[in-house]
Amino acid sequence: MTLSNELVLDATHISVQFGGLLAVNDVSFNIPKKSVVSLIGPNGAGKTTFFNVLTGLYKPSEGKVMFGDREITDLPPHKIASIGLARTFQNIRLFGLMTAEENLMVAMHSHLKSGIASTILRTPRQRKEEKEALDTAREILDFVGIGKWATEYARNLSYGDQRRLEVARALALKPEILLLDEPTAGMNPQESGVFVDFVHRVRDARDVAILLIEHDMSVVMSVSERITVLDRGEKIAEGSPEEIRSNQRVIEAYLGKAASEGRGK
Amino acid sequence: MARAARKAKKAAKQPASHRTWALSYLAVAAVMFVVYQYALPWEGLPLPIYDFLQLWLPPSSVNEALVYVICALGLNIVVGYAGLLDLGYVAFWAIGGYSAGWFMSNFFEQWNVHGLASVATTEPGVHINFWLVLVIGGAVCAFFGVIIGAPTLRLKSDYLALVTLGFGEIIPQIFFNGEDINGFNLSNGTKGITRLDPIPTGVKDLGPFDFGSKFVVFVLLAAIMVFISLQLRRGRLGRAWLAIREDELAASMMGVPLMRTKLASYAVGAVAGGIGGVAFATHVDGVYAERFNFSISIFLLAMVVLGGMGNVWGVILGAFILAWVNSTGLPALGDTFNSQFGTEIDFPSFTFLLFGLVLIFMILFKREGLIPESRLRLVLHEGDADEELKPAHEEEK
Ligand SMILES: Nc1ncnc2c1ncn2[C@@H]1O[C@H](COP(=O)(O)OP(=O)(O)O)[C@@H](O)[C@H]1O
Ligand SMILES: [Mg+2]
Repeated sequence: MTLSNELVLDATHISVQFGGLLAVNDVSFNIPKKSVVSLIGPNGAGKTTFFNVLTGLYKPSEGKVMFGDREITDLPPHKIASIGLARTFQNIRLFGLMTAEENLMVAMHSHLKSGIASTILRTPRQRKEEKEALDTAREILDFVGIGKWATEYARNLSYGDQRRLEVARALALKPEILLLDEPTAGMNPQESGVFVDFVHRVRDARDVAILLIEHDMSVVMSVSERITVLDRGEKIAEGSPEEIRSNQRVIEAYLGKAASEGRGK
Repeated sequence: MARAARKAKKAAKQPASHRTWALSYLAVAAVMFVVYQYALPWEGLPLPIYDFLQLWLPPSSVNEALVYVICALGLNIVVGYAGLLDLGYVAFWAIGGYSAGWFMSNFFEQWNVHGLASVATTEPGVHINFWLVLVIGGAVCAFFGVIIGAPTLRLKSDYLALVTLGFGEIIPQIFFNGEDINGFNLSNGTKGITRLDPIPTGVKDLGPFDFGSKFVVFVLLAAIMVFISLQLRRGRLGRAWLAIREDELAASMMGVPLMRTKLASYAVGAVAGGIGGVAFATHVDGVYAERFNFSISIFLLAMVVLGGMGNVWGVILGAFILAWVNSTGLPALGDTFNSQFGTEIDFPSFTFLLFGLVLIFMILFKREGLIPESRLRLVLHEGDADEELKPAHEEEK
């Protein structure tokens, strides 16, 4: 599959500084429409930090982020989420004491309109809106395969189902871009395999572009159309899975210089 | 016929536990009303029963407890639902109280404004109908809630607690010293404002001593607060509050505007404080600045914690128990004890010692409160064997 040239997101020359540490250093990165692209790199490379810039949690010290033709660099996180950038968390952050469907309905907050008065009075419009929201929530839960847990508290779900619920909750935002931060962390190889299909299914059925941060190389290689490699805050490579697999700098970053030199001899 | 069926269907959708609680609330209220309105004034009532009721459950203390219930329900929206620690809630109570003082008395005698009030239009001062003043008091408090909340709700919760604490000190101080603000008498200072207009009901006007009828008014106001709390809780805003309580960062990443959502809880809570303030003023037939002190904020917080944060029925129970212990229980116990044993122990002076112990006990052993919100029960008793893992949602259906 070739990538379309139309971009949903274009981040240019992003730098993030934490005190003396340059966690992200002049990274430019874009996401083509309806693509599945990945961000990889060793621990501490700055992947999550870069994610946090895209979602508005951190403001970059330099650079700017365009979402379509709108600049979102300085928008607050809830605004960015509501216009179409949804994420999951590396360490699951569900609303544990809310049911699965409530978790999704929280994410629909910005699309719903009922105010204080209409909620107290339960106006016909409010009731219709709530019912539609609930139906949508159930539909998304079915889509990710945890429909039977709709009325269960999030904290009671199994680990794998919580990961799915995280994706479902993000989808409830009706995003154009879905950012997944290490979604297969803690999964066994078989589950990870299932996950690869799941990602493609989400992309095709939900019309979203997907940006994946991933540790598991087999997942990354089989799911991504393009891979970007970060190391110590810098972008060291970008390309198709094949190009990345054979890239010398990437091998060095992952295996350490010594190992790659040893191999070279 | 069809309407009855629709009604039944609608009722069936309500969570059963809430319906049971609501009915119990109304039943208890009805019994108490009969006691106060008919049994107490009845000549034939045996003297021991009369004495017992007057000592342990006097109408005025029950009415006062209801005022606390109204305010505690408001604070519950801020603390219990949205998880924001507010230590200055008494400010809203005071503003509500002064709204009643300003708009339902002869205090502003330089003006002569009448709005559907229960007094003759020849009376000087601003006289607005009690029910309108409830709305005005609520609105004024909502306004102040937003003014105070907007800059402070950005703060992390510890700082928020400190700032609200300051706010709760400042507002009563303004009233305390508000006798001469550039020549304008805002609050009558330490003397307070007294003699408020009776509450018009269409049947009769309720003065300061119509305990039985006023009891009904207060029961109604508390019921309205319960209704508002439950409706909001099961809607868009209530979900957002809960999400913020659970994980603020995740909520904002899911498109929930933190400031606006917190501000809404603050404003709704403030409205309840204002309504409680108006009710309190009519209950004591006046407003006195020194009554709105810090201990009331803590007192209300203790009620919410004791009852069960986030659960309206628990909060009602907690508020009622603590208010009753404070105004009646301890003094009555003291009288009984002292006359029995010939001692002279000042029981009411132990009120705060007792409340302190209650709070410590609750935090240590029963953090979810007397009637816990089902969600909280789940976390706080994590280790308990065989804890039911079904969400309340299920059983309610
Ligand atoms: N909020 C923060 N404050 C200070 N340093 C941070 C913060 N977040 C991340 N870092 C640092 O930035 C670097 C990149 O972290 P991160 O983006 O989490 O890496 P990755 O997700 O690629 O493993 C790490 O050295 C980390 O310690
Ligand atoms: Mg990370």
